[in-house]
Amino acid sequence: MILAEKILQGDIRAAARLMRDVDDGFSSALPELMALYPYTGKACIIGITGPPGAGKSTLTDQITASFRARGKRVGIVAVDPTSPFTGGAILGDRIRMNRHADDEGVFIRSLATRGALGGISRSTGEVVNIMDAMGMDIVIIETVGVGQDEIDIVRMAHTTVVVMVPGLGDDIQAIKAGILEIADVFVVNKADREGADRTVRELSMMIEMGSRKEGEWLPKVMKTEASRGVGIEELVAEFVTHRDFLSASGIIHRFTEEKNSTVFSEMLKERLFNEVYGCLLDNGELKRIVAGMATRSVDPYSAVEEVLERFLNRPESKAA
Amino acid sequence: MAERKLRILVGKPGLDGHDRGAKVVARAFRDAGLEVIYTGLHQTPEQIVSAAIQEDVDCIGLSILSGAHNTLLPRVCDLLKEKKADDIAVFCGGVIPEDDIPGLKKSGLKEVFTPGTSTEDIVAWVKANVGC
Repeated sequence: MILAEKILQGDIRAAARLMRDVDDGFSSALPELMALYPYTGKACIIGITGPPGAGKSTLTDQITASFRARGKRVGIVAVDPTSPFTGGAILGDRIRMNRHADDEGVFIRSLATRGALGGISRSTGEVVNIMDAMGMDIVIIETVGVGQDEIDIVRMAHTTVVVMVPGLGDDIQAIKAGILEIADVFVVNKADREGADRTVRELSMMIEMGSRKEGEWLPKVMKTEASRGVGIEELVAEFVTHRDFLSASGIIHRFTEEKNSTVFSEMLKERLFNEVYGCLLDNGELKRIVAGMATRSVDPYSAVEEVLERFLNRPESKAA
Repeated sequence: MAERKLRILVGKPGLDGHDRGAKVVARAFRDAGLEVIYTGLHQTPEQIVSAAIQEDVDCIGLSILSGAHNTLLPRVCDLLKEKKADDIAVFCGGVIPEDDIPGLKKSGLKEVFTPGTSTEDIVAWVKANVGC
């Protein structure tokens, strides 16, 4: 737990290194994360998502400046895609926000998706936790540019912002399922462009069409011009309003419960799978099953049942 | 089981606005399977060093065509030392006169690439000289 101690004392390099250990899947990160966990859960987490080029990074930069002016410390997790062919990535979100690089109250970390499909990387939750333990008041997660269905962010962020720009589609796009359902706040960025008011109208109509229960949050549609800083103060004020609503209505408890349950089940799923799969891989059984499937002498359904039976009934076989 | 993924920061210190070279090199690193943190134009040495530390990169590749290399590049190396982060390797590319290269290397730069260098050579150098 060398890194965890240093992180709690404010060591930036230790934090950066643990984030990398987590991202690279080093088992040495596990005890560090265990040690940090009691110090997490304090930060207010804001998720920013939307299509590529909508202005998410520029908006993140402006929101950060606004929170800094309010004396808050800000962590930013910026996710960009990994190439499916080479495994490489160009992480370019810093271009828009690097003016905060030498501000000690801001910590920015770029992550590559490394094959994850929900708009964020598998390590995002842990990196957010590390920033939380570092004492960041606000953590902003900027997803990769998403299309319609990449909505992992919603389970992680207290407030989810969906950034749209004028001219991306008609009002039927706006009533489709997916990313438009997850917003706590809609932002129509580049609001100086033609069609901005129409986009605002269509989104507002979509919100009105939805049936909302008494006491539920009603998302607002807000206009911004991130590159000129227009509409940012109003947007940040809306974050505060939403956060207050979550606390006052008690919805925050439900959110936290669901989030924790997801975190635990995902972790359990991954560990169990890796444990069992690794075993089958090592003892050659996987090969036999796959070969058997090719000649149809083994079917995958019974193979899975058999494996399960053995692992659940005889845990000691794990060591074999 | 776990393997380190090489991470590199590519940026342009100072005031020149010619970023085509930096983009070509960044793309070459991407295609070689590296994670490239691209900070873009007009970076101060302070911003570069701070970003490199937050991103926990293995090395920093700086493109400079302004002629200010003798001022800006040693400053990056000095700041890294100051922050006890001089395990992060720094190299540069750009129009650097032959005569300036020994001085730059003495100040801490690990390598200097001049015009005409192929991207393959740069990638090969990074893979051979940088990493955990």
